[in-house]
Amino acid sequence: MNPNNRNGLSRLFYNPTARSLFFQALILGLLLYFVMTIVGNVMTNLHQRGISTGFGFLSQPAGFGISQTLIEYNETFSFGRTFFVGLLNTLLVSFLGVIAATFLGVIIGISRISPNWMLRKISMVYVEILRNIPLLLQIFFWYYVVLQTLPRPRDSLSFGESIFINIRGVFLPKPVPDAGFSFYVALLVASVVAVVALTIWAKRRMRDTGQQFPVFWTSIAILLGTAVIGFFITGRPMVLDYPELRGLNFRGGITILPELIALWFALTIYTSTYIGEIVRSGIESVSHGQTEACRALGINEGQRMKLVILPQAMRVMIPPMTSQYLNLTKNSSLATAIGYPDLVSVFAGTTLNQTGQAIEIISMTMMVYLTISILVSMFMNWFNRRVALVER
Amino acid sequence: MKKIATLVGATVAIMATAGAHANTLETVKNRGAVQCGVSDGLPGFSATDSTGRWQGIDADVCRAVAAAVFGDAEKVNFVSLTATERFTALQSGEIDILSRNTTWTLTRDASLGLNFTGVNYYDGQGFLVSKDLGVDSAKELDGASVCIQSGTTTELNLADYFRLNGMSYEPVLYDTSDQTVGGFEAGRCDVLTSDQSQLYALRIQLSDPDSAVVLPEVISKEPLGPVVRQGDDAWFNVVKWSLYAMINAEEMGITTANAEEMKSSNDPSIQRFLGVSGNMGELLGVSNDWAFNISKQVGNYGEVFERTVGTGSPLNIARGLNALWTDGGLQYAPPVR
Repeated sequence: MNPNNRNGLSRLFYNPTARSLFFQALILGLLLYFVMTIVGNVMTNLHQRGISTGFGFLSQPAGFGISQTLIEYNETFSFGRTFFVGLLNTLLVSFLGVIAATFLGVIIGISRISPNWMLRKISMVYVEILRNIPLLLQIFFWYYVVLQTLPRPRDSLSFGESIFINIRGVFLPKPVPDAGFSFYVALLVASVVAVVALTIWAKRRMRDTGQQFPVFWTSIAILLGTAVIGFFITGRPMVLDYPELRGLNFRGGITILPELIALWFALTIYTSTYIGEIVRSGIESVSHGQTEACRALGINEGQRMKLVILPQAMRVMIPPMTSQYLNLTKNSSLATAIGYPDLVSVFAGTTLNQTGQAIEIISMTMMVYLTISILVSMFMNWFNRRVALVER
Repeated sequence: MKKIATLVGATVAIMATAGAHANTLETVKNRGAVQCGVSDGLPGFSATDSTGRWQGIDADVCRAVAAAVFGDAEKVNFVSLTATERFTALQSGEIDILSRNTTWTLTRDASLGLNFTGVNYYDGQGFLVSKDLGVDSAKELDGASVCIQSGTTTELNLADYFRLNGMSYEPVLYDTSDQTVGGFEAGRCDVLTSDQSQLYALRIQLSDPDSAVVLPEVISKEPLGPVVRQGDDAWFNVVKWSLYAMINAEEMGITTANAEEMKSSNDPSIQRFLGVSGNMGELLGVSNDWAFNISKQVGNYGEVFERTVGTGSPLNIARGLNALWTDGGLQYAPPVR
């Protein structure tokens, strides 16, 4: 048949644009049908079984206590509030975990390629053992094996009668602002501004004259000096609220729950092994020629790492590092196994059970993890673009 | 995590199936076994013995239902559930009966799509404290750390009690009763709170049971009973009357040992009950000798109570509120006629 003789319909069929439009519409239609069926089924089933639906429960009073709350909370607050309490607890442990795991991971990664035989082997054993033990077991290890051997409150380990450690957690003195505190804060802010200014000045001077200035140590001296001297100049604007054993437990001060410590340790150590490997592979990916070039130019070891190797290694390290941060955040939901009041334990646990609204609560919890993960990805992608090699 | 997996699985099940479970009795008969949700190990109520067999007053309710439906008390599949999983498992149809020391409350009856079929144990919440704490009353517990199993009415009662008495506390939540006992024993908390019956059961799990005492205060009403899905009256009736049959059997003096000879009793109510005359079983949709099978294979309520939680068990709990109404207790069953 001559292609030019086709009638309208078959011409449309052989038209690539029309054909792709048709199939895309078909798939979209099927997808919509699928979603509608699920939603319809859910509504019918829930209605048939007399299970209440909707988000009205969020404003009902919760009526249960939570052991760690970063925002004000008691039994009279709503179920909606328990969502935020849980969310903040999740964010807290994830944040602490990401910081500590990065720090530890970088040390491990650099030790892995250290010229020191001992250091190299120790970090290798660390990585191989700890990344091959399931995370949940490590959490149990810290919680049940290590922390539960600590003494009871009456026999607490005491450090200078101000810091106490026992099976109920770590009790620290809490600084309480006193008269003149705002002046002290202003002084601290001023010192930070001074450090920033110093850094900019030092950079400019180095660019213009090539002379270097010990920015790091000077900054530390400025910050610490202001903090200590300023404290006395402003007339000690903070008093410490010491924890004290009254009745059954310590009162006052800051309490760090053993559940938080166990979870934080386990997440940090487990993730640091992966980060260590990422750092090692990143550094090893930088061609050896760069090192030789540095030596030829007389750049010392520390500067070589800081100014030449790490900036290039970063390009390789950031994408897998993002995955590790996301993993750590999601793994923090294992908190529920040891009763750390994170989002899953508080909201998808207690709140779900008290209200029975599984679909709403599980969906909200999933959305939270999705949102956190997407935000972290977006940030890391932005950071990745910044450090990426700009080709000219 | 198993818990999350169950919840997500159940959520998916609710999404995917359109209007199933309309007739649970039929489904159970076709399957050939009752799916029974029990605890994750609570001695006296539902716990596995050394041979792996589920024992306890809650497990025996499911056996009674199986005896009524199949004439064979052993046709039960037990599904172990944590407190958090239990309602979702029932709502999604994973189990047919939830018999897991579950407190009957208005919220659960009205908003979860469930129906409580009766009360097989009248309980109340109490406190277990270690002896060396030197506490004699719950009123002295200000500032205490309290171990609780998450997802229970206990959590709410505890908050109410401490608030009412102007005391503060730190809740320490665990997923299973084993973990709760572990936390209490290690000293993570001063107090373990739960239903009184459970406190006795958990106390005997301690390495040194004499080191802990149950405080005298009972701070709540905890009527525990079997639960079924709402909207299936035929199945609701079968479960409800299986429990009532056990109580009625005790009242009539029918036991495992004498069930056979009681068949020749000339008391018309006993004849009706044992299916010698009348069609009581047919009305429920099971065979007429349903109550005979329950009495013969599982035993009457009193026998089950003594065997599982009463004087014949390590728990050694007195009948108290759970005695028959004729003995000054609360157990009362409507007549079979």
